Amino acid sequence: MALTREQMAQRVAQELQDGFYVNLGIGIPTLVANYVPADMDVMLQSENGLLGMGAFPTEETIDADMINAGKQTVTTVKGASIFSSAESFAMIRGGHVDLTVLGAFEVDVNGNIASWMIPNKLIKGMGGAMDLVAGADNIIVTMTHASKHGESKLLTECALPLTGKGCIKKVLTDLAWLEIENGAFVLKERAPGVSVEEIIEKTQGKLIVPEIVPEMVFA
Amino acid sequence: MAGFDKVVGSYEEAMAGLKDGMTVLAGGFGLCGIPENLIAEIKRKGTMGLTVVSNNCGVDGFGLGVLLEDKQICKMVSSYVGENALFEKQLLNGELEVVLTPQGTLAEKMRAGGAGIPGFYTATGVGTPVAEGKETKMFNDREYLLEESITGDFAIVKGWKADRYGNVVYRHTAQNFNPLAATAGKITVVEVEEIVEVGELDPAHIHTPGIYVDRVIVGQFEKRIEKRTVKEA
Repeated sequence: MALTREQMAQRVAQELQDGFYVNLGIGIPTLVANYVPADMDVMLQSENGLLGMGAFPTEETIDADMINAGKQTVTTVKGASIFSSAESFAMIRGGHVDLTVLGAFEVDVNGNIASWMIPNKLIKGMGGAMDLVAGADNIIVTMTHASKHGESKLLTECALPLTGKGCIKKVLTDLAWLEIENGAFVLKERAPGVSVEEIIEKTQGKLIVPEIVPEMVFA
Repeated sequence: MAGFDKVVGSYEEAMAGLKDGMTVLAGGFGLCGIPENLIAEIKRKGTMGLTVVSNNCGVDGFGLGVLLEDKQICKMVSSYVGENALFEKQLLNGELEVVLTPQGTLAEKMRAGGAGIPGFYTATGVGTPVAEGKETKMFNDREYLLEESITGDFAIVKGWKADRYGNVVYRHTAQNFNPLAATAGKITVVEVEEIVEVGELDPAHIHTPGIYVDRVIVGQFEKRIEKRTVKEA
């Protein structure tokens, strides 16, 4: 079975480490916050200018001046800090964020990512995505393995305009955990019940399949 | 004291000197920390042909979105502009030009502009449409783009508290682009919720020192929330 959005978030959460500063993009990445292990301290960075994002507020504590990068009203955790957007992107660009998780339309074997623009459709803008992929060393892309029409999103070469060049090394899809090494996707883990054959069939870019591909394990 | 007193009594006075064709830098992220009354004053004045530099362009009927109603903006420099139907329409009609700029690059362009740095190199946007026509340079085997900084004829800023000398403190994440815009305007106008006596703000806690600020005005704010999210009870 393909992973649900919640399972994808759970799998990404397994990559967290105690003391990590983490930037979570909109969509599935946001859900990762729900699966931070109880014995682990993680600080969430929000690129509008917040380090230490907390839960959503209550009706009583809601504050128009307290939002995240998705423009949602949020709170801060103990030990949080707030700063300008220039300071925020200095952290991001300067490589100080330990893990960045974001969605994408396509990823290719050279670590290129396309996530912001579909030509001939309305272009809303890249927001902070280009800065995030250029600045981070440790990035996990979360996306479905193939489109609704069955077209692979793991390609030899991205067809859409890029968000960043050569910056992606780890991809979690609803079918597999893959890492990009030497111009190929390496199949590291598969979703429980998903066959290697299905992953091969839905991966357009070069795929290296080790002899043993373990199933993901969920607590 | 009068020499440093930046407080003005009316919004008309606050935006005096704004002319057709000028460039305006605006603080705010989404609808958070936007100079809503200064924007309303630009609408009232009817200034045309403006270039506006702001991360977003408001929503229909609020924030910078109101300046689209009478087509006062001819060019927007922003990172994300998807929240407003009128914007879409004017963009598709060719009535509005938009320069999409990565958010961190936009912040740094304003910061650099205010700091007297004409350009800087960044890896953001290399190999993407943002790199088209831009000079590149290799540093330590990595490619970087030359990005030029931005300054404006006016900067419009929303603060929380200011003293009469124009020292400003922002509230929570309403800080965002405001202190950056504040440094990069030839005339920087700050509207705040409260004006306090000189000496009341802790000098070590000032976000924007008064040297950057030309005019200060106190206003009333709606503070509209774009995406109201609350914890399930």
